[in-house]
Amino acid sequence: MLILECPCCGVKAEETELAPGGEAHLKRFGPGSSDEEFEAYMFARKNPKGVHFERWRHAYGCGKWFLAARCTATLEVFGTYPAQTTEPPAELIAKIQAKRPDWKGWK
Amino acid sequence: MRRYSVFAIAREALRYHSGWGKAWRAPEPKKQYDVIIIGAGGHGLATAYYLGKNHGIKNVAIIEKGWLGGGNTGRNTTIIRSNYLQDSSSAIFEKARSLYENLSQDLNYNIMFSPRGLLMLAQTHHEVRGYKRTVHANQLQGVATEWLTPEQVKKVVPIINLHGPRYPVLGGQWQARGGTARHDAVAWGYARACSDMGMDIIQNCEVTGVHQQNGVVTGVSTTKGEIGCKKLGIVVAGHSGVVAEMAGFRLPVESMALQALVSEPIKPVIDIVVMANTVHGYISQSDKGELVIGGGTDGFNNYTQRGSFQHIEETLRALVETFPIISRLKMLRQWGGIVDMTGDRSPIISKTPLGNCFINCGWGTGGFKAIPGSGWAMAELVAKGEPGPLASEFDMWRFKEGRFIDESVAAGVAH
Ligand SMILES: Cc1cc2nc3c(=O)[nH]c(=O)nc-3n(C[C@H](O)[C@H](O)[C@H](O)COP(=O)(O)OP(=O)(O)OC[C@H]3O[C@@H](n4cnc5c(N)ncnc54)[C@H](O)[C@@H]3O)c2cc1C
Ligand SMILES: [Zn+2]
Repeated sequence: MLILECPCCGVKAEETELAPGGEAHLKRFGPGSSDEEFEAYMFARKNPKGVHFERWRHAYGCGKWFLAARCTATLEVFGTYPAQTTEPPAELIAKIQAKRPDWKGWK
Repeated sequence: MRRYSVFAIAREALRYHSGWGKAWRAPEPKKQYDVIIIGAGGHGLATAYYLGKNHGIKNVAIIEKGWLGGGNTGRNTTIIRSNYLQDSSSAIFEKARSLYENLSQDLNYNIMFSPRGLLMLAQTHHEVRGYKRTVHANQLQGVATEWLTPEQVKKVVPIINLHGPRYPVLGGQWQARGGTARHDAVAWGYARACSDMGMDIIQNCEVTGVHQQNGVVTGVSTTKGEIGCKKLGIVVAGHSGVVAEMAGFRLPVESMALQALVSEPIKPVIDIVVMANTVHGYISQSDKGELVIGGGTDGFNNYTQRGSFQHIEETLRALVETFPIISRLKMLRQWGGIVDMTGDRSPIISKTPLGNCFINCGWGTGGFKAIPGSGWAMAELVAKGEPGPLASEFDMWRFKEGRFIDESVAAGVAH
């Protein structure tokens, strides 16, 4: 069972408490953007087989959004971090690089 | 290829079944093919079959990283129906359903198509309106479906509890010619027919790279070496994003786990397929007597073919409240598959940014029923380089242009 530690309230939350929210760190495009930008923002997810950064909500806990790094090929969780950021924390990236030397990076 | 028939059975019965032979060959890959199909699931095999049968293209290899039919084609709950809302969907699903009617004869392989009738329960007023609308749309499309009252529902499925604790049954949408088929047999039947046409099915061979020159595909790298081709068809369901990345483009697809389970075998209790989309579960009974059960997908990206335990619980809770008689049954097996979900819950049959490279994916939770129609349409696309009428709306650029084929009413949950 998937367990993520909520960085907002510190609870180790299991899956039934959590609501998945899809890929993290999306750049949002609004009115005036090109069709390509809009399509990429709306639909073209990275969907990697491997390291994935994603949004979660501690729905049946504190109710707050947070972010997590997880491996979609093994279900290993690398870590969680607050949603108020535009990129994953450097320590987390270093930790993932140490575990997954072939990883091409989060962008 | 030796034809399967009653005479063949009689002949083999007299000689201890020693003369059957292999159903398909296990060749080593050649250096070059006219067409390579990646993925020997139902859709890839059907594509190859209709390439040979309808278009005379037989210098074809189907490359499979595992064993043929070992992906979602061998993991689904085998529901076949064509009661979709949008015209382009019902056209391709009805094409598939009608091909299923004669597929055993066509392939000379018993795929056990069982048009036993399919019922989608309406358990909210919103669903009542949605399904009545679909029945009307189906009438215009020439797809035979009808609306059943709760009393009529009780008649076709006597074990149902119409007055469940949460959602009473308010009626249902009925497709008399919907039903099930044997999923493995569909893959095996197509595989045998493809092999018989001289096509090479290469199992245990993973595609690891796609080669191109001046924007046109030239071949693939595999764990059995480099193989050249003039045209490439990518038909890999849950791994579509991974293979598309090798070919240099991104798809509007996300991969997620969907699970199914079967109960211990019991005497016949339900002789149709029932789908209950509000409470999230569906059920049919196999010829062996097992109840075949499925529910919804997990909500997060996953490539492991393992799903979340709470979804099994959710599915069984839904079915126990709908069919209280099953509450004491033990479950025998449970498994997962990786389904390829698109933004509008409709498939993609499309040219790609790479020349002579075509893709068929996005069937998500509901592509078993579509196998013959999808193979038919994909073969036409690969053979002619342009989509025919069945595939033309399903191109991957519809997401940019806003031409969605929105089937979330008909397919958002179900199979
Ligand atoms: C639990 C479950 C229940 C379902 N229930 C239903 C249902 O009741 N009715 C219905 O209509 N649909 C249902 N579906 C959906 C249906 O199973 C799929 O849409 C359909 O089988 C997809 O077929 P396919 O041939 O595209 O994919 P698959 O059968 O998955 O075939 C793709 C193949 O590609 C291979 N592959 C992937 N990457 C590579 C590579 N790099 N190199 C070589 N080979 C590769 C894989 O090994 C695999 O064998 C269900 C799915 C699941 C998981
Ligand atoms: Zn919390």
